[in-house]
Amino acid sequence: MPSSFHLAVALPEITLSIGAMALLMVGVATREDRSELVLGIAVGVIALAGFFVLRGTGTETLFADSFIVDSFARMMKLLTLIGAAVTLLMSVDYWRGKGRLKFEFPVLVLLATTGMMMMISANDLISLYVGLELQSLALYVVAAFDRRSAKSSEAGLKYFVLGALSSGMLLYGASLIYGFTGSTLFTEIAAAVQPSGANLGLIFGLVFLMVGFAFKISAVPFHMWTPDVYEGAPTPVTAFFAAAPKLAAMTLMVRTLFAAFPAVTPEWQQIVTFLAIASMALGAFAAIGQRNIKRLMAYSSIGHMGYALVGLAAGTAEGVQGVIIYLAIYLAMTLGTFACILAMRRNGRMVEEIDQLAGLSATNPLMAFLLGVLLFSLAGIPPLAGFFAKFYVFLAAIHAGLYALAVIGVLLSVVGAYYYLRIVKIMYFDEPAERFEPMPGVLATVLGGSGLFVLLFVAYPAPLVNAAATAAKSLF
Amino acid sequence: MSWPVLSTITFLPLLGALLIVGLRGQDGSADRNARFIALWTTLVTFALSLLLWRDFDPTTAQFQFVERREWLGTIHFHMGVDGISLPFVLLTTLLMPLCILASWISITARVKEYMIAFLVLETLMLGVFTSLDLVLFYLFFEGGLIPMFLIIGIWGGPRRVYASFKFFLYTLAGSLLMLLAIMAIYWEAGTTDIPTLLTHGFPASMQTWLWFAFLASFAVKLPMWPVHTWLPDAHVEAPTAGSVILAGILLKMGGYGFLRFSIPMFPLASAEFAPLIFALSVVAIIYTSLVALAQEDVKKLIAYSSVAHMGFVTIGIFTITMQGLQGGIFQMLSHGIVFGALFLCVGVIYDRMHTREISAYGGLVDRMPLYAFCFMVFTLANVGLPGTSGFVGEFLSLTGAFRVNTWVAFLATTGIILSAAYALWLYRRVIFGKLEKPSLKFITDLTWREIAVMTPLVLLTVFFGFYPGPVLDASAASVEALIKNYHTALAAAEQARIALAP
Repeated sequence: MPSSFHLAVALPEITLSIGAMALLMVGVATREDRSELVLGIAVGVIALAGFFVLRGTGTETLFADSFIVDSFARMMKLLTLIGAAVTLLMSVDYWRGKGRLKFEFPVLVLLATTGMMMMISANDLISLYVGLELQSLALYVVAAFDRRSAKSSEAGLKYFVLGALSSGMLLYGASLIYGFTGSTLFTEIAAAVQPSGANLGLIFGLVFLMVGFAFKISAVPFHMWTPDVYEGAPTPVTAFFAAAPKLAAMTLMVRTLFAAFPAVTPEWQQIVTFLAIASMALGAFAAIGQRNIKRLMAYSSIGHMGYALVGLAAGTAEGVQGVIIYLAIYLAMTLGTFACILAMRRNGRMVEEIDQLAGLSATNPLMAFLLGVLLFSLAGIPPLAGFFAKFYVFLAAIHAGLYALAVIGVLLSVVGAYYYLRIVKIMYFDEPAERFEPMPGVLATVLGGSGLFVLLFVAYPAPLVNAAATAAKSLF
Repeated sequence: MSWPVLSTITFLPLLGALLIVGLRGQDGSADRNARFIALWTTLVTFALSLLLWRDFDPTTAQFQFVERREWLGTIHFHMGVDGISLPFVLLTTLLMPLCILASWISITARVKEYMIAFLVLETLMLGVFTSLDLVLFYLFFEGGLIPMFLIIGIWGGPRRVYASFKFFLYTLAGSLLMLLAIMAIYWEAGTTDIPTLLTHGFPASMQTWLWFAFLASFAVKLPMWPVHTWLPDAHVEAPTAGSVILAGILLKMGGYGFLRFSIPMFPLASAEFAPLIFALSVVAIIYTSLVALAQEDVKKLIAYSSVAHMGFVTIGIFTITMQGLQGGIFQMLSHGIVFGALFLCVGVIYDRMHTREISAYGGLVDRMPLYAFCFMVFTLANVGLPGTSGFVGEFLSLTGAFRVNTWVAFLATTGIILSAAYALWLYRRVIFGKLEKPSLKFITDLTWREIAVMTPLVLLTVFFGFYPGPVLDASAASVEALIKNYHTALAAAEQARIALAP
């Protein structure tokens, strides 16, 4: 049904936003200690949204083509919803330990998730911006959610100021693009842009647009906020930041570049290649000196976004397939790793120093083993899932003839392997430190699930690979 | 055989590892059970691989016991062995039970994890030799880094952290370039299926790049000079069984890679750059032999000697003659047995005295006659005395080299003289002389367990020294096919060149 006003297409988004508003009422109407109930319902709402996402088929559009749901969108939405739901569940024990779960937290996460859904489905510069801002505003608040902590407030403020700057750039780019093409709709932009006649103004607009995207996925040189926000924000929020928004922003970037600017692929390819190399390099080198595991994960995520961008740089359907596989596996690894970080708790307090993991293999062998598996996977060592993530993006890069990018990328992954190995070394080779408190059930489940996924992916990789291939094809 | 024998052999150790994971109980009994499960798993694997050998048809160069399953779309789970890979499968399954036995009492900490690491490593090593798909091969090839990293890092010596990181990062850097080459091959040939690729003619310009990318990986693994520096560190710090596996099997993956990929898939590049390999190998042989002469640490001396002897392998392989190739294969097997055994010998005295300084020993023959005998057999095999397996491999390799380039053969032969110098000198200082050190007064000879470990290795060293037939016959057909395809490819390229010439 082309562009008819058929709201069922946006059912997941509608569910999420109605859910968020209803929960806000519930939260206001009940006493403070019902926050966990609100959180539980929020997870239920996300699950319902996921159900609606799964029900869709084919390519559907809404609001005069500005909102699109295809299999690419569906797959990324599912992954984002999984990320959001799992991080919400993982946060329960954290807040319980701190004794300050507020019902606003799940509501804000729901709103941010709604924004992400819209970003993923955006097929127009305006719906893109609306989705992005809805997401960002909610995220600024959750970053500063632990308002009694100076670090958390600092994180929120820093994120807000830099985020606002990047939004400004993005808007400026969008206005340039509108000015030079006469439309905000991706399909019409694509029709207006001719390979030969790509004028300078349009390229400028594209560059500014990409600055905004690069900020959201924290690609170098727009990564400055990431380490501080990761370290300062409450750990469940950090987990959420590392999982869901990265996926949504990357999807947005992929869709915008392929749907609106297929004609100027060589132009944006250069930018993406640069972002990829810079992110991989900074992610690899800057992480080496980190002592705080959340900061380390910040640099690790910068590096991983660099690798995902390698797939995008290829500029082909295979590349997009690689990006999707990369993001799916990245999500699993990130959730598992953050489950471990959230379980680093001693005498009722969270610890964040990497050295605190010393000798974990003696005090908690199962946790050490699963974290070890995740770390080797993050380093991209076969036969773990992380290897396949890198395999597919580099496969696409080689096919596109980006040999220099591929060689630099794999050599940087050796540097990157060093800091993951360092954590393995601390867990396995060093003398044991004091035990952590027993791992809460939710975290153990998440860690076990993601560890098994990463470990057993090799045995049956076909479903994800095929789903990603189908999803990638729907963009072309 | 109707059942998938290769997958069974490859994944049986993994099953054993899972069994050990499931072990519960008091520390002592769980450790004991873990040891027995590991031993039995490796023994059964060895027995199965003997069945494989029995049913192997040496008259054909085709891949046998082939299995093929859907896996990753165009990339299949494809396994099979031919005359080149079968000897390595047997070598792996033979050395594993000996390694488990050798660690029986010397490993007391985290026994379960240790056995799991070794069994997982065995699966990964067997997979390297049995896989017939490049991606699958790569998976096994690089996956082996994880257990080995842990083995060196957890159960190693004082500088284990440094050694394990160096081992891991060096090897990773090399193999990632090969991974890119594998991807380039995938797009060029449309498949990563090894039997298909063996007959695929790659464009000459591409061959050079691919050949160098594969070289980066195999040269580090083998290791060739100048990227050998990780090996002495890894050897010295690794526990005894880790050194045995490292010298016995992991290094062979490099040589196997040359045989399986570099020469058949990139014949033009192999022909063009064979002199480079010769030069590096000769430098390796002479330089590392000289370095070995200066060592004060028993294990380090043997490690350098091991690098020197791998030089003969690369020389032999890249002569691309019947003698050279078979010599290379045989030398690798012999190297696996002899150096595995030499590291076990070091382990025997290290377990007793907890030092590897050469100067801490002397006159052991008085108190340890059996040990002195075993050590002598392996020392002489290391020197390449006729009647030991070391002689056959080196002689064949050098014969091949002599046909291709007399200077290479001449210079490499000096390495044998040097190896006699350091090996015999080591033997004299450790075994002969007066037993004067008070600490050695009560050292005991081999236990029944150590005898059980040494006996098969002594027998094989001498047996292959007199009768190398089983190995040479098994590999003959495959090697012949390899040479034939190589010359066909070269001739075709020559034809094309002449046709294009003005």
